[in-house]
Amino acid sequence: MSVSLPAAAGTGSTLPGPDGTLGSVPGTWRQAVVLSRYQFRDYLRSRRFVLMISIVAVVGAILTTLVAYFRPAGLIDNANNFYGGLWAGGATFLILFAGIIFGGDAIAGEFQNKTGYFLMGLPVKRMTVYAGKYLAVLMASIVSILVYLAIVLGNAVYYLGGGAFNDVGQLLASIALALLYLLALMGFVFLFSSLFKTSLYAVLVVAVMFLFGFTIIQDVVIGLTGTEPWFLLSYANQVIAYPLTGVPAHVVHNPFTGTTYNPTYFEGIAVMLGYFVLTTLGGLVFFEREEFT
Amino acid sequence: MAPSLEAVGLTKRFGGFTALDHLNLKLDGAKCVGFLGPNGAGKTTTLKMFTDLIFPSEGETFINGVSVQKDRKRALSVCGDLIETPEIYPSLTPREALEMSGALRGMRPEEIRSRTAEVVEEVKMSEWVDQKVGRFSKGMKQRVNIAASLLSDPEVVILDEPSTGLDPRGMAEVRNIVRGLKHERRLIFMSSHILSEVVDVCDEVALIDRGKLLFYDQLANVASRLGGGVRAVEAEFVTPVDDPTLAGPIASLPEVAGWSRLDPKRVTLQVKGGPAEQARLLQKLAALELGLVNFRESRSALEEVYLREISVGDA
Repeated sequence: MSVSLPAAAGTGSTLPGPDGTLGSVPGTWRQAVVLSRYQFRDYLRSRRFVLMISIVAVVGAILTTLVAYFRPAGLIDNANNFYGGLWAGGATFLILFAGIIFGGDAIAGEFQNKTGYFLMGLPVKRMTVYAGKYLAVLMASIVSILVYLAIVLGNAVYYLGGGAFNDVGQLLASIALALLYLLALMGFVFLFSSLFKTSLYAVLVVAVMFLFGFTIIQDVVIGLTGTEPWFLLSYANQVIAYPLTGVPAHVVHNPFTGTTYNPTYFEGIAVMLGYFVLTTLGGLVFFEREEFT
Repeated sequence: MAPSLEAVGLTKRFGGFTALDHLNLKLDGAKCVGFLGPNGAGKTTTLKMFTDLIFPSEGETFINGVSVQKDRKRALSVCGDLIETPEIYPSLTPREALEMSGALRGMRPEEIRSRTAEVVEEVKMSEWVDQKVGRFSKGMKQRVNIAASLLSDPEVVILDEPSTGLDPRGMAEVRNIVRGLKHERRLIFMSSHILSEVVDVCDEVALIDRGKLLFYDQLANVASRLGGGVRAVEAEFVTPVDDPTLAGPIASLPEVAGWSRLDPKRVTLQVKGGPAEQARLLQKLAALELGLVNFRESRSALEEVYLREISVGDA
C-alpha cells in the first residue's frame, strides 16, 4: 500500500503538465545536435584538442622536413603518389589518435567525471547523449584531420603547383574512405568507452588493441592458419590508400617473407561498415544498461 | 493537475544487498517534503530511480503520473533535479551550460536568456556567469547545478542533499532558495541528513532506513510521535528565568507536561495536545510577563523522533 498524505490546501499547478511540456521538448536527433554543439565547443577549448593539433603539427612537420630534405622523385613528380605517400599513411595514424584522444573517455567520462549526472537529469534519451557525443567526437576528429590535410595540400602545391589538383577525385575518394575508417574506429572506441566506467581503461584497451593487439592477431592468423585476416579493422583500413596507389594483388606469395594479403575494396569497405554499425550499436546497448551508481 | 511523485513497490538490489525494499510512497500537491535517513539508508538510491540514473530491480517511479522507466523523456520534462554533485563540461561557462540545458528542454532562446539571468542571480553567480566552470570550487559548481535545475521553472524539483559542498553561508542561501521555491506552486522532494535544514524548509518529512520507509508525515505531527500527544517547544526569555518560576507558574500551566533547561534564558517545554494547546500556551506564557521573546516548535523533536525510529530499526 502506498503511503501518501493529502495535498495541502490551495495546491495545484498553473505550470504546464507533462503533455503540454512535452510538446516543447525537441526530438531525439535535434537534441543530439544541440548536445554535440556544446560538447564540440568544450573539445575545441580543451587541452586534448591542443594535444591533438600538436600531434598533427609534429607529424606534418616531420613529413614536410623529410620530403624537403630527400625530395624523392617518385613522390614529388606525381600528385597521386604524393598523396599516397603523405596523406594515406598519415591520416590512418592520426585518425587512430583522434579516436582515442576524443572518443576514449566520451562515454566512460560521463560516469567517471560525473558529467552524466548533469545530462541524464534532463529530459533526454540515453541514445541522444550517445549520438550527441558521437557527433562531437566526429567533428573534433574531422577538424584535426582537415588540419593535416591542409598541411599535405600545402606541400603538394609547393612541389607540384597546379598539378596538385590533377586527379583530385582520387584524393576525394581516399578522404571518403578515411572518413569511413574514422566512423568505424569511433564505433569501436565508443563500444569500449561504454563498457568501462573508467576512462583510462577505455583509452588503454583501444590504444593497445590498435597499436599492438591487431598487429599480433594479424601475424598469428596469417602465420599459423594461413588465412586472410579480413575481419580486422587495421587490415581493412589499407583500402584508404587504394584510390591513390592502385589496388595491389590480393594475395602475394614470397618465398622469403611468406604470404601477404591485401584487402579488396569490397572487403575493406564492408568490414569498416560492419565495424561502424555493429560496434556503434553495441556501445549504445551497453550505455543504455549502464547505471550511474 | 497537482504535481506528484510516486514510488510503487520500488526495490533495488545490488548483488545480494537490498538497498531499497518495496518502497511505496506518494507525494501529492505543492509542498516541500524532506527525505531523511542515515547514510546508506536508500535516499540517493530512491532519488536516482526517480531520475532514471539507476534502474529498479522491482517496482516503478512516476512523475506527475508518467512512468520514469517507461517514458523518461516525458516524465523528466516537468522535473528539475540535482542528484549528488554533477560536473559540467569544464570548458563551458555557466551561461553556456544553462543554454545547453534550456535548449535540450526546448526552451526558446529569449526564455533561456531571461531565465538564466534570474537563476544565476538567485544562486548569486551573476559575477561568474561567463567564466569557465572548470575553474570553479565545488560550492560554485553546486550553485550552477541548482540554477540548472530551476532553469525551466519546473513543476517538480528533486534535490539530493543540495547544500553538499557549500560553506555555512552557502547552505543558508540554499535554504532560502528552497524556501523561495515553495512560494511558487511546485512539489519539492529534498533528501538531507541535516535535520535543521529539513525543519527550516520542509512541510512534510519521510524517514527511511535500511531501504524501508519508517514514516511519512507532516512536520507538525512529528513531535506528537514522541508519544502521548506531547510536542516540544522552545521558549526564550529576555532575562534568565529561575528554577522556581519554571517549576511553579510555568510547569503548573495545564498545557505543560514537562520542562528542561537549555540555558539560563531558554527552556524546552513539553506541550500536551496539538497546535491549539500550543497556541494557548503561548498566550499564557506571554501573560506571565517574563519577557518572552521567542517561542517555536523545538527542532529537537524531529531529532528525537529520528533517533528513536532509527534505533528501533537497529534493534
